[in-house]
Amino acid sequence: MQALLAEYLPILLFLGIAVGLALVMILVSIIAAKQRPEAEKLSPYECGFEPFDDSRKQFDVRFYLVAILFIIFDLEVAFLFPWAVTLGEIGVVGFWSMMVFLGVLTVGFIYEWKKGALEWE
Amino acid sequence: MDELWSGYLLPGGIIVAQILALLVPLLVIVAFLTLFERKVMAAMQLRLGPNVVGPFGILQPFADALKMIFKETIIPTGANKVIFLAAPMLTFILAMIAWAVIPVGAGLVIANINVGVLYLFAISSLGVYGIVMAGWSSNSRYPFLAALRSASQMVSYEVSMGFIIISVLLCVGSLNLSKIVEAQRTVWFALPLFPMFIIFFISTLAETNRHPFDLPEAESELVAGYQVEYSSMSFGLFMLGEYANMILMCGMTTVLFLGGWLAPYPLPTPVWMGPFWFALKVTLLLFVFIWVRATLPRYRYDQLMRLGWKVFLPFSLAWLVLTAAVLVYFDLAPKTVM
Repeated sequence: MQALLAEYLPILLFLGIAVGLALVMILVSIIAAKQRPEAEKLSPYECGFEPFDDSRKQFDVRFYLVAILFIIFDLEVAFLFPWAVTLGEIGVVGFWSMMVFLGVLTVGFIYEWKKGALEWE
Repeated sequence: MDELWSGYLLPGGIIVAQILALLVPLLVIVAFLTLFERKVMAAMQLRLGPNVVGPFGILQPFADALKMIFKETIIPTGANKVIFLAAPMLTFILAMIAWAVIPVGAGLVIANINVGVLYLFAISSLGVYGIVMAGWSSNSRYPFLAALRSASQMVSYEVSMGFIIISVLLCVGSLNLSKIVEAQRTVWFALPLFPMFIIFFISTLAETNRHPFDLPEAESELVAGYQVEYSSMSFGLFMLGEYANMILMCGMTTVLFLGGWLAPYPLPTPVWMGPFWFALKVTLLLFVFIWVRATLPRYRYDQLMRLGWKVFLPFSLAWLVLTAAVLVYFDLAPKTVM
């Protein structure tokens, strides 16, 4: 356990250095450059228009749909990782059990395709 | 005191030195990649490109960096200030820390963890957050639209990338990146898995929001996408992160398909040649990135989604099944337990 954790120490240090670097770069710029804020300068950009309301509005439901589909398939990928690494050990039985799982997902995929969930006109 | 020195400080210092030995060249390479891109694009369009600062414009990236530092950091009034500043930092940090597991030579890796591929996959998935945070916190229309587009684009192509990575893993039987490279001693995976290599490369273009999939930035319609409200170094960090991500994706392609640090000939090579071959392969892939940018027009959004979900996803899934079937039935699957 100790050895396993020690393998991750460099990543932790790396993270620390990267965070420090990012902070330093932003801070140096804020300190070194002249800050002269002004109402017009700080208003959101909208091609010369006065922005008249909040920009966070309703958006197309298809973006949600893509996100949901992504979760399904990404989980599938997560399931495949251990299977892929041990395929040599589990042989034909392991192969076919995963095929059943993939088959079920493929049926779902065909269904959503036919339902038009993947259409963007 | 002695124990403190030999037990903690010395090993820690060595690790920090290793990290800096990777990070500093990486940042310099990122800086010069911007110049490389502009020069190559210029040559392809029969222009000269930047040639004023230093001989052949060599010092241009440093001039750009200085200019960025001495600009005012503008935070829009309607923005969520903390998230607004955290977004570029996150993009930059993620593009950096992913390098911790990339082996640039035999044994030349900062953290040789046994789940390297999973780590890379996880970190590159987190990249979406930087863009979504930027788009949301800006509270401005163009960034918001761009963030939505970008999120669903990156997410769509990640699925097929996942399948492709799995099919490489099938051939290796390990998640360790050094082992993946070693497994390619006989033949680089780009040959037996050729279609996967091509799809992976195209997916990395989409993952890094590069041409022809640069809809999130789409200068002509969304101005500059999620970066509209950014200025100064907060913009600079986005740039650095984006270019570091490009190099990272090329590095990933090299490790998974082009034999990482292995030489293209089967003779024994000294260890120090490893980083050279690795860098050469990455540079070639980066050149193709820029070549694609100079050649192809931008995709339409519906075409982009169709390519991702209706072409790449079914194809990579089918090829994954095929790979697994061949490995099992011809008894080629690697039998080593990790």
